[in-house]
Amino acid sequence: MSTIQSVAGQDEQHPDVALVERVRAGDVSAYDTLVRKYERQLFRISQHITQNREDAEDVMQDAFLKAYEKLDQFQGNSKFYTWLVRIAVNESLMRLRKRRTGKMVSIDDDIVTEEGSMPRDFADWAPNPEQNYNQAELAEILKKTIQGLPEGFRLVFALRDVEGLSTEETAETLGLSVPAVKSRLLRARLQLRDRLTRYFKKKTPAVAPQVNGAEA
Amino acid sequence: MKCTEFLAILDDVIDESIAAQTRAEIEVHLRKCGHCEVVLDTTRKTIEIYRCHEIYELPSEVSERLHNAIMERCKKAK
Repeated sequence: MSTIQSVAGQDEQHPDVALVERVRAGDVSAYDTLVRKYERQLFRISQHITQNREDAEDVMQDAFLKAYEKLDQFQGNSKFYTWLVRIAVNESLMRLRKRRTGKMVSIDDDIVTEEGSMPRDFADWAPNPEQNYNQAELAEILKKTIQGLPEGFRLVFALRDVEGLSTEETAETLGLSVPAVKSRLLRARLQLRDRLTRYFKKKTPAVAPQVNGAEA
Repeated sequence: MKCTEFLAILDDVIDESIAAQTRAEIEVHLRKCGHCEVVLDTTRKTIEIYRCHEIYELPSEVSERLHNAIMERCKKAK
């Protein structure tokens, strides 16, 4: 499994494990290092789920605090980062549930839709299409596009493709099977591609209007 | 190889986890099928564009505020 940290041998240890050991021994400054290392990723993941900046800020704080309090439960057979992400995902889902007045929120349910399993738009993109937009416009397009995905697809794409977790780690973090992650990832990628094509496709050259008798 | 067969393994192609024999079949298919070539290329670009552009930025002053709050709460929790 890709989450095992000491594959090559006992001597090879992920730097996070040493930091976790120091925290366990009472060195809070080592936890400061871990927070700095992963706070941006946790914030992004929380924002992908809650889609609300204030909630994401709260979730990030709560997740780091919870991880600190439960550090004794971290067994070191998975990456500290993956373990942390799992806590942040659970905190984010709990936050969503609160906001949706107690309605159960789960990404475990299989999404029964065939939408997005086949590409629809085959137009090629312009070279470096993002250069046609300024930073703020581009961020808005990317945000709007990913927010339009079903929750279960959006989260798989965010963890696997944006945050760089492996398929197995994504499955473990979300409590999904590996085939379910693969199926959702394909659909997420294709749906995002289709939707971005609207903005990024090559512009067809405008046809000059024909005016009768205007040309010799 | 048909388009549907290619699309079924698109993720493996993108993640480069394809056996040499299948890779050769894919190359033959892509030389003949412009649609699949576009889908592969633009799906790769979709992933790359999301990786390269941080859509949920955490400004340094907010990051500092949150960081301090986290560490404060951790110290209290000890």
